[in-house]
Amino acid sequence: MFITCVVDQFFPQVGIATVEVLERCGLEVDFPEGQTCCGQPAFNTGYREEARRVARGWLQAFHDSEAIVAPSGSCVSFVRQQFPELFHDSPAELEEARRLGARTWELTEFLVSVLGREDVGAVYEGAVGYHESCHLLRELRISRQPRALLKNVRGLELRELDLAQECCGFGGTFSVKFPELSAAMADDKLRSAARAGAETLVACDMSCLMHLDGRARRLNLPLRCLHIAQILAGTSAGAGGRAGA
Amino acid sequence: MKTAFDERIGTALADSRLQAALEHLAFRFMTARNQAAADLPNWEELRTQAHAIKRHTIENLSTYLLQLEARVRERGGTVFWAEDAAQACSYVVELARARGVKLAVKSKSMVTEEIELNHALERAGIEAVETDLGEYIIQLAGEKPSHIVVPAVHKTRGQVADLFEKKLGLPHTEDVAKLTATARAVLRQKFLAAGMGITGANFAIAESGSIVLMENEGNIRFSSSAPKIHVAVVGIEKVIPRMADLAVFLRLLARSATGQKLGSYVSILSGARRPGEPDGPQEFHLVLLDNGRTRMLADPVAQPEGYASAAAGTVLSAGTAQPEGYATLRRETLYCIRCGACLNVCPVYRKIGGHAYPWVYSGPIGAILTPQMLGFAIEPKLPFASSLCGACRDVCPVKIPIPEMLLLLRSLETESMPGGRWLERTGFRLWAWAMRQPWLYRLGSRAARFIPARLLAAAGPLACWRKTRELPVFPEESFRDWWRKRRAPPAGMATGRRP
Repeated sequence: MFITCVVDQFFPQVGIATVEVLERCGLEVDFPEGQTCCGQPAFNTGYREEARRVARGWLQAFHDSEAIVAPSGSCVSFVRQQFPELFHDSPAELEEARRLGARTWELTEFLVSVLGREDVGAVYEGAVGYHESCHLLRELRISRQPRALLKNVRGLELRELDLAQECCGFGGTFSVKFPELSAAMADDKLRSAARAGAETLVACDMSCLMHLDGRARRLNLPLRCLHIAQILAGTSAGAGGRAGA
Repeated sequence: MKTAFDERIGTALADSRLQAALEHLAFRFMTARNQAAADLPNWEELRTQAHAIKRHTIENLSTYLLQLEARVRERGGTVFWAEDAAQACSYVVELARARGVKLAVKSKSMVTEEIELNHALERAGIEAVETDLGEYIIQLAGEKPSHIVVPAVHKTRGQVADLFEKKLGLPHTEDVAKLTATARAVLRQKFLAAGMGITGANFAIAESGSIVLMENEGNIRFSSSAPKIHVAVVGIEKVIPRMADLAVFLRLLARSATGQKLGSYVSILSGARRPGEPDGPQEFHLVLLDNGRTRMLADPVAQPEGYASAAAGTVLSAGTAQPEGYATLRRETLYCIRCGACLNVCPVYRKIGGHAYPWVYSGPIGAILTPQMLGFAIEPKLPFASSLCGACRDVCPVKIPIPEMLLLLRSLETESMPGGRWLERTGFRLWAWAMRQPWLYRLGSRAARFIPARLLAAAGPLACWRKTRELPVFPEESFRDWWRKRRAPPAGMATGRRP
């Protein structure tokens, strides 16, 4: 498992839910302890050398993994699509980046497209809206898999958002460089969720959810923000309110 | 630190009328565009073809430009190579002076906005009148266009009514038909009296020496046919090799811009009136504008073709021949056909509008064009004003990888300011170092849990975060600590449970 730094530090319950879902599917999971971050924050802010140093650590940490699964579309797309570019002038590392990239999967993609599991036996009571995170949708082209999984959750009513595919406004350091603009984009998404009658907003990326949840709490909106792994683990139904809680 | 850019963003966000107008525009155009694209069975194929044609043309730009020049001259036209805005403007001004032109009619053209031709003409005492309705409104208001295709998108009907009342003496009315009829009556007199018509061009065809103009109001056709002199100011990237290539772009352009199959008028103009022809201008002048475009062409950064993502690759020195199979990323900026689709689909543009951007080109294409043409100093934060959502790349009819280009520009901007943002740079250096020491990362993460959140959030990025959002609740234990306990469970402790 590649438990991204955001999940590791702020949302361990999402990592734990990922473990539960994967084990329920009969897999033996491991968490290589050498992992920290993939390097994306530095890369996206213009610091390529720093990103490269961190990415190198990632390659070492996952050297022996057979399949690498992460509860994040953004981090997976960075590994698969930007690593080759980071290491373009270093043939050995480039080769390693491509080898590992080819066996790195986003959680829902892994469940549906690799394992062929659309039903993981989850239960969740409530009206759920699904937010399509940008890198998952437009870099990895993953849109069908999370919905297929959600449709098979007992008690869950999937409500489609009219702005499901719009960016939530997080955008990494964009969210702190342009806090008002970033929040205005979140408001569009939150209004869309309200229009759809969603009580819970689900996505495959904790960074989007951290942003949306933070905005929803600031506005005192009665919306729960949960990672899809938390729904699929079936542990969220009665558990405490917020993604961060 | 708040910059002028931040101020403009704040103003736009607080302007509810602008927000409504932008939302309406985006919804209307994107719905129409998506339908128009879906109606063509081979949309994706066309985009791929268009990209390939642009790529081929830009990689062989000098060949096609020289061919275009030769054909235009054969047909009796004059070609002027303008290195920059000043040269282009002074050519047009001198031409007008030499022919005694007092009034020029203009069609909507981004390139003439880019070189601020109207100001140059005014300074020389020559009246220049915009004849596209939206552009005319903007000119009356003394503003700049806020959208590549819909220049007056930020103006409400009421604001136009006020403007027409004040500037044209029309009794106040918000009746669109009356407003339009008034503009039409005023402009008709200008068309008939003008000694010069100035247009841009959507495409210039090398093999025939023709320029192609697409529009909806007929004002471009009027501007280019009624006055005695027709001047077309055209960026050098607008050339395409053959008439056959036009078929690809015509199918993409209007569909991407407005969702129309085609603009209401498409004019293919091949020079001035020839002997025996009853109408048309007597002179045709083509101004080919560089104004920083060849700097993008001399892009020293190249990447191998077929990269999933295409930012910086092998660094080649400027001017060296590209190895086979290599394309240059920054050159792809020159593929743009100015359809405006990336603006309509951009969640940032839709919040801040065109006037928040530092230059005439707004939206995602503006965010990559402006720093490359004017340098980073005009607005260092511009390449960072994107959430990198990728919607622009998906909608672009010529498949410009705008997010990759923004990423490249971010790294170039960061490198270009070795002393700038030292705090951020130092932060990332320390961060990168700490991330390479898993023990330190673990220690740091444990230590951080003892620092009160209020203290952490007092300054820096967390304070910026908290301006508009709550911080996540810092859990007592990280995932890795949970995992370690689970790996070595004390006797009887079940696995897989919440700690």
